[in-house]
Amino acid sequence: MARIFEPVVISANDLFDGRVIYLSPADQWVGSLCQAELITDEARAKDRLADALALSDRAVGVFLAPARPGPDGRPEPGHLRETFRAAGPSNYFHGKQAEHA
Amino acid sequence: MYHHTDFDRAFVVDRAQRFREQISRRISGALTEDEFRPLRLMNGVYLQLHAYMLRIAIPYGTISPDQMRRLAAVADRWDKGYGHFTTRQNIQFNWPRLVDIPDMMDSLAEVGVHAIQTSGNTIRNVTADHFAGAAADEIADPRPYAELIRQWSTDHPEFQFLPRKFKIGVTGSPNDRAVVKSHDIGLRMVERNGRHGFEVAVGGGLGRTPLIAQVLADFVPAADLLPYLEAILSAYNSVGRRDNKFKARLKIAVLELGIDHIRELVNARFAEIRAQYDGSDQQVLAEIAAQFTPPDLASGRATAPYDAARAADPLFRSWSDTNLTAHRHPDHAIVTVSLKKHGGTPGDATSTQMRLLADLAERYGHGDLRVSHEQNIVLPHVHRADLPALYHALREGDLATANIGLISDIIACPGLDYCTLATARSIPIAQQIATRFDELKLEHEIGPMKIKISGCINACGHHHVGHIGILGLDRAGVENYQVTLGGDGTETMSIGERAGPGFSGDDIVPAIERVVLAYLDLRRDPAETFLDALRRLGTEPFKAALYPKAEAA
Repeated sequence: MARIFEPVVISANDLFDGRVIYLSPADQWVGSLCQAELITDEARAKDRLADALALSDRAVGVFLAPARPGPDGRPEPGHLRETFRAAGPSNYFHGKQAEHA
Repeated sequence: MYHHTDFDRAFVVDRAQRFREQISRRISGALTEDEFRPLRLMNGVYLQLHAYMLRIAIPYGTISPDQMRRLAAVADRWDKGYGHFTTRQNIQFNWPRLVDIPDMMDSLAEVGVHAIQTSGNTIRNVTADHFAGAAADEIADPRPYAELIRQWSTDHPEFQFLPRKFKIGVTGSPNDRAVVKSHDIGLRMVERNGRHGFEVAVGGGLGRTPLIAQVLADFVPAADLLPYLEAILSAYNSVGRRDNKFKARLKIAVLELGIDHIRELVNARFAEIRAQYDGSDQQVLAEIAAQFTPPDLASGRATAPYDAARAADPLFRSWSDTNLTAHRHPDHAIVTVSLKKHGGTPGDATSTQMRLLADLAERYGHGDLRVSHEQNIVLPHVHRADLPALYHALREGDLATANIGLISDIIACPGLDYCTLATARSIPIAQQIATRFDELKLEHEIGPMKIKISGCINACGHHHVGHIGILGLDRAGVENYQVTLGGDGTETMSIGERAGPGFSGDDIVPAIERVVLAYLDLRRDPAETFLDALRRLGTEPFKAALYPKAEAA
């Protein structure tokens, strides 16, 4: 049986400060998951991963991160780890949650 | 404590300068990430979930007030105003920018602090009993040997590309406060016919294959220590597996080849290299040992203020009951300062708290500070007359939690809140357990209790040797927590037994509560500790408390 492709976004860490970044539809590295391109097609995921690697001067560890569409169609974390990467740690109000506050 | 020589200072400054240049080349694009990664790891720089992490060595847990103040300054200037003290007696900063790390390292180098060999497949920061040089039960201070090992192992050309990371722990006491048998090499000082030497155990480690180190030699004379260690490392370097990182640790070589075979290899190598040690190592040891002379404790002061405060202040009495340990000098005490405030993050200290600890160490503790593997801070030499004032100063700094060795004195790794390897969170579970038992007001009634939590199978939270261990795993994207029972990290070391199916994040704290309440019902009397009761009764009554429905069915 064919494997069902789960949606992804392309993510990495910023070379300078290590913060989590995502690839937007406009080929920009952005800090917010909701601005990332949600990819639902496996072939496009491969193409976009190649695009991202070509844009990787400031991106470290580029990978396909599990995601799912939110109520407004924008990406939300598709795995527990991605929840923390998107928000920051739970013991301090640091990381993305502070950046976006 | 050991003060860096001109050679040490130049070495650390030079290393920081080289790393500055390597970072510069990475940022310019001259180095790829694949090329840069081993260089940053050699300098203690990881890339974690949210940011870089800089792991800084605190060799054998000993740190001066000036060094502690510098850590505070680094935290304020380049991080978020706090640091995390780890189970390997290091400190980690969780939020540095890569571009700032050279300046951080330069600043640290000014006070002899560095991040060398805090990562990579090399001999890591040497750990030791945090009460070294002060404990009443000690044969001798193990720190001169630990410092000798540090100097010998730093940038040792033969041991920079070992099959895997390599950990050495050392204790000078028969009571093991350094979990030495969880190390690749565990050194326990022993005395024979008036001579000091070491029982040498090898092949310990936690992680996915938890093993207790086996005794390789029951007495290695102190003068033979370095060549014997070199023989072990050399043997490991040749037989350690490099084909599978999960089987690369010395413990697997010991498991697969057998301790007798390893002993033959080590003894053969030792015979080859012993003559190369011409005594210069003993000269270096003597110079190091001269810097570890005990502080002058003969003050003749009365301890009456301590006795009076105990009689008058129940909070002070409670704190002194739990946070003090017998010093070799009866007028003094070893003070353990808890970094485990109920609901706080285990091991974290703010820059303000670091500065306070530095000031208090100078005022009351002969300028000596230690980091314990249990993520607390120790002032090893405090006159009992000074304890009331010290306690009140600690209270002002939110550092007077009276819980050392109790249920809220939990070791917890950073877990999925920070770590790229973690599969579940550790910190919130520790916070919830501590808060719950504080609410129940049972902490002191329960008595000695070691809960240790790891957020993944790598076991940085030492869950295998917790009386109650908690291992966080990922089950289909949901945190799940397995419980182990009966672990022990002391000289009577044992690996905990997995109790059964794991618990959800919502269910784990009530499950721990059921086990602990069962212990209170099952124990013979209040003097019988949880571990003693479990060893007497076996795990079944405690499993029944963990899984009441399964038991009823």
